[in-house]
Amino acid sequence: MDATLKKQLQITATKVRMGIIEGVYNAKAGHPGGSLSIADTLTYLYMARMNVNPEDPTMADRDRLVLSKGHTAPALYACLAHRGFFPVEELKTLRKIDSRLQGHPVLGKIPGVDMSTGSLGQGVSAACGMALSGKISNETYKVYAILGDGEIQEGQVWESAMFAAHYQLDNLVFVVDNNNLQIDGAIGDVMSPYPIDEKFQAFGWHVITIDGHDFDAIEKAFNEAETIANQPTVIIQKSVKGKGVSYMENNVAWHGAAPNEEQYNIAMNELQAQLDELQK
Amino acid sequence: MEKKATRESYGEGLIQLAEVRPDLVVLDADLAAATKTGIFKKACPDKHFDCGIAEANMMGVAAGIASTGKLVFASSFAMFAAGRAFEIVRNSICYPKLNVKIGATHAGISVGEDGASHQCNEDIALMTALPNMTVINPADDVEAKAAVLAMADYVGPTYMRFGRLAVPVFNDAATYKFEVGKGIQLKDGKDITIIATGLMVAEAIEAGKALAEQGIDARIINIHTIKPIDRDIIIKAAKETGKIITVEEHSVIGGLGSAVANVVTEECPVPVIKIGVNDCFGHSGPAVALLKEFGLCAENIVNVTKAALGK
Repeated sequence: MDATLKKQLQITATKVRMGIIEGVYNAKAGHPGGSLSIADTLTYLYMARMNVNPEDPTMADRDRLVLSKGHTAPALYACLAHRGFFPVEELKTLRKIDSRLQGHPVLGKIPGVDMSTGSLGQGVSAACGMALSGKISNETYKVYAILGDGEIQEGQVWESAMFAAHYQLDNLVFVVDNNNLQIDGAIGDVMSPYPIDEKFQAFGWHVITIDGHDFDAIEKAFNEAETIANQPTVIIQKSVKGKGVSYMENNVAWHGAAPNEEQYNIAMNELQAQLDELQK
Repeated sequence: MEKKATRESYGEGLIQLAEVRPDLVVLDADLAAATKTGIFKKACPDKHFDCGIAEANMMGVAAGIASTGKLVFASSFAMFAAGRAFEIVRNSICYPKLNVKIGATHAGISVGEDGASHQCNEDIALMTALPNMTVINPADDVEAKAAVLAMADYVGPTYMRFGRLAVPVFNDAATYKFEVGKGIQLKDGKDITIIATGLMVAEAIEAGKALAEQGIDARIINIHTIKPIDRDIIIKAAKETGKIITVEEHSVIGGLGSAVANVVTEECPVPVIKIGVNDCFGHSGPAVALLKEFGLCAENIVNVTKAALGK
């Protein structure tokens, strides 16, 4: 990856993380852990990859992204705000009674959201429908779906995996955010979905495994996905739940909890320090 | 009178619909031969996609297709479309208000020999409870085809209920006009009103004739759209006839009877007597015999009506 672009993405991803903390802190509720683990990939997609236009958020040939792990809406909202779909200041309204930023993303409520999600295992099917529709009418757009690693315990995910391979949806990419933690603990302890790569392979997918916090690897993975014909691609990204905030990293307690004022200040100071370092 | 199952009308209606809506996509879940989307598949193979035995995914796929602007029908048996896939219909179709049409066949106990596992008597209750959802239950071939064609320019999530059993075609294709949300008065009457939906409308017509012979002047109304329901035609009937009998091949809980009762209790309280499946499961048997056993026939409508009038 071009060094300048990489630096820009690292800076934006840090700002996205600050947006996540800002939103969840002000809401006094939400899901920071999984939002922080997917922040780098979402930043890459919205800032460097996807054909989207904040001036025309519903343009027909736009690339689509379905946040199937809808509880990590704070990350999606922060990316959309930094991409220019709505003011960054609005992130502070997350989950408030008059806010457009619902606890889970809602189609039509806020520009840039391509599908309502929140009930796990459902967004993937909608993504399959978007991809199939594109094939039917020879559109060039791509469809991305972001899944949690706990989410893939839902049977509907595997129904959709079968469907996408059967209809050779090579315009579709799943990203499994493999941060290894779900509400009740480590995914391997709760209900192991491993081996994730072999499962998708067996379902007929092209599988790529990467470090979800390495922009070079992220770019390379999406480039590779573009070259795969007649087959959908899944990118399994090894990630750190809570990435970027020291006390949240790899701690399942931060799956669905908001920081108090002291914790908020620590998190924002840490992220500001990261930002300062990047902008030196 | 010619008899035809409304599921056949569904399959044929889709072919006509594709002529006015070339963007039509039809999904099925390994039941194309039974839901009759197979008829459509033959005519338009490139517009029909089988999703396999995976109704949850099919509903989500339909939502995704609809989000790109195409007109999409998702088909299965009522049990699986409304039952198994309920939460996907709620969260992926109704919540984002996507233009998905659900073609649900094999509704009610007239499924027959397959037995209670496949006899869905709860789908109207489930689907009418969902915000943004329209629920349509056509009575015969003419109405079913017209309802499917009406979807060319009716936007929004819609649940359409079709039957397996061949039933009388009583509407005249040349004059029939379908309008979403508009009930149809089939016969005027002053003594009592019989409101029926779906396959029970033909039985209600028969009952009306038998009652007339016995000197009872019953008004007969066909409610093909359970939601939004035609309040005006119901209130008018309540005011003018004072008593209502509802007839449906569905549970008496949450179906047509409940919808009619909701309207009259709010605006013109009169007795509403519900004929339907009385909070129980069906069982295997020939459809016509089952309908008779469960009181879903002209004979029982006549008896209940007479009892309601103290005759």
